[in-house]
Amino acid sequence: MYPITTAHYIALSAALLLIGTVGVLTRRNIVIILMSIELILNAVNINLVAFSQALHNLNGQVFAIFVITDAVAEAAVGLGILIALFRNKETVLADEVDLLKW
Amino acid sequence: MLTQAIFFYIFAAMVLAGGVLTITRRNAVHSAMFLIVSLMGVAGLYLLQQAEFLFAVQIVLYIGGIMVLFLFVIMLVNLDQAALQKQFNGQWLIALVCVALVGAQVFYFFSKGAGAFRIATPGVTTLLGPGNTEMLADVLFSEYLLPFEIASILLLVAVVGSVVMAKKRI
Repeated sequence: MYPITTAHYIALSAALLLIGTVGVLTRRNIVIILMSIELILNAVNINLVAFSQALHNLNGQVFAIFVITDAVAEAAVGLGILIALFRNKETVLADEVDLLKW
Repeated sequence: MLTQAIFFYIFAAMVLAGGVLTITRRNAVHSAMFLIVSLMGVAGLYLLQQAEFLFAVQIVLYIGGIMVLFLFVIMLVNLDQAALQKQFNGQWLIALVCVALVGAQVFYFFSKGAGAFRIATPGVTTLLGPGNTEMLADVLFSEYLLPFEIASILLLVAVVGSVVMAKKRI
């Protein structure tokens, strides 16, 4: 239970990844879907930092910085798309955006 | 060691409870608030692992930057109509399969104990140096200089792209 090992961090990261996946798959609101993607990226970061600490190697933390950079870019572009979508279709529900479906 | 364990469980509870509440709330503003709780838990975990620079980046960039961006967009876009409608779509079966698959793997590993994880042994390098931020800067600006520059171009493209998409008329 209580010497905290890398396995504890991996378990936490897996749980957070599952929460994020369920959010992406089941929610209809696009804002919440984007938030779930942030949860998934944070799960990845927990893993990277835990392994960086376990292996005494800083490459994992550098990768975490790049993951955060990607998360910022993704959030900015995603929310831009959301605003354009709301202006054109007056909806934020993902399954009402079905223009390419027939 | 015991204090470390106690703090680990507090932060883990923050992360998981915040995550679950994020994906179940009807009001998007409440979701954003619980996501902030979850991100603060992750920041605490970074601090627990002596990654001080990432701790600061998590607070400043995630909580101070991305979440404010989310809250701005929530207020810009009218979500009242969406809050009155059905919140979940019919994909719960796929979600259940995903959770069952990964959950079974995790359960298998943990039923075999910590020895089931065969983690590589640490190399000769140590993390005992002048400080986390200095060492991180050394690695980032020597070994990862080209990816660093590419990341800056990625951010530039993302900024221009979001402006182009959010603007009414170019």
